[in-house]
Amino acid sequence: MRWGLGRNHYAVTPGLYAVGTPSAESPVLVSANYKLSFDILRREVAKLDVWVLVIDTKGINVWCAAGKGTFGTDEITSRVMATKLSEVVSHKELIVPQLGAPGIAAHEVKKGCGFKVTYGPVRAEDLPAFLSAGKQATTDMRRVTFSTLERFILTPVEITILWKKILWAMLVLFLLGGIGPDIFSLTTAWSRGGNAIVVGFAGVIAGAVITPTLLPWLPGKAFALKGAVTGAAVSLLALIGFSGQLGFGNALATLLALTAVSSFIAMNFTGSSTYTSPTGVELEMRQAIPLQLAALLVAGVAFIWAGF
Amino acid sequence: MVEHRYLEGVVTLEYDEPTCIGCGMCAIVCPHAVFIMDGKKAAITDRDRCMECGACAKNCPVEAISVDAGVGCASAIIYSWLTGEEPSCDCASGGC
Repeated sequence: MRWGLGRNHYAVTPGLYAVGTPSAESPVLVSANYKLSFDILRREVAKLDVWVLVIDTKGINVWCAAGKGTFGTDEITSRVMATKLSEVVSHKELIVPQLGAPGIAAHEVKKGCGFKVTYGPVRAEDLPAFLSAGKQATTDMRRVTFSTLERFILTPVEITILWKKILWAMLVLFLLGGIGPDIFSLTTAWSRGGNAIVVGFAGVIAGAVITPTLLPWLPGKAFALKGAVTGAAVSLLALIGFSGQLGFGNALATLLALTAVSSFIAMNFTGSSTYTSPTGVELEMRQAIPLQLAALLVAGVAFIWAGF
Repeated sequence: MVEHRYLEGVVTLEYDEPTCIGCGMCAIVCPHAVFIMDGKKAAITDRDRCMECGACAKNCPVEAISVDAGVGCASAIIYSWLTGEEPSCDCASGGC
C-alpha cells in the first residue's frame, strides 16, 4: 500500500465515527479519509473515547491533501455542517493534525462553522499524551522527523513510480547493445544489452535505495549531488571489481550512466522527503538535469563506440 | 537525531514583524520550528529550515507571513515545465 500499489483507491467513507463510547464532551479528532492514516489514528486512540470526523480528501493522506487544499477549510466546514456536529457535541473545538495546517486557515474555520481549530501533534501516536496534557503539545510533538528507518521504508516508492520507464529503458539498452560491426546482432544485444541493463539497475538501486538511506551522511545538500556521489562510488567499485576487463568505452559508459541515473532518481526522492523546499528543488533540477542528460548522452555514445 | 539541511538562502518565506499580533499560530503549525514566539511577536529562528509548506501563512490571521508554497516533487516540477501548469501531486501515480 505505502509503496504505491493500488494506493489511489484506498479511501474511508467520510463522516463522523465513534471510537470507544464518546459523550457530548469528548474531543473531536479530524482525519483524512486515506485508510492507512485512519487505521493508524484508530489504533493509537483505541483506549480513549473520542469522535473522529473523517473528511473527504479523495483517499489522500493529510499532508499531501493539505498541500493540494482538499484537506482544507471548506471541506472541514461543510463536513461539520453535514454531520450536524454541533448537535452531537456540546463544545466547539476540533483537533486537527498539525500537518493539515498548510490547507487549513484556523480563523476561517471558526468563522465558517463556529468551531475552533486546535492543532494536535504531528504523529497520531502522541495524541493520548497530547489530550491528557490538556491539549498541549511538546516541542518534539510539533517537529517532523525523517529518520533512517522512515527513509528506508519509503525507498520502494520511487521504484514503483518508475517501473514503466525502467521497462522502456531496458528495451532501449537491449537495442543499443545489439549495434556493432554486424549492424545488429541479437547475440551481442543479449550480452552487451544485458550488461547495460545491470548497470541501469545498479543506478536505480544507488539512487532510490542507497542514497535515501544514507542521506544525511552523504556530501552536499542537493539530492542530485548526493545521488551522483553514490552512483559514482558504486560504479567505481564495479569497475575495480572488473579490473580493466571492460575496455575504455564500456568503463566510461558505466561510470557516467550509473552516476547520472542515480543522481536523477535521488533528485526525485525530494518528493518523499520532509524538509526540501519547492524553490530549492526547482533550483537544483535546473542545474542538475542538463548535466545528467549530457552524462547519459556521452555514456550512450561511448557504449555504442565500444560495440565496434 | 541527525538534522537534515537543505539548500541555503533559496526559500521564499517573508515575514513582516510590525503586522504580527502575537497570536502564536505560526509557531504552532510550523513542522520545522522556523518560527518561535519572542515575547509578543513571532520571530524567525532559522529560515533555511523552511520547506515552504505554507502552513504559517495560511494560519496567520493578519497576513504578516507570505511564502510561495507548492509541491516539491521533482516529477511534478518536470510535468509543470512540460505542460505549463502548476506542479501537482496528480501527475505521477497520485503519490507525493
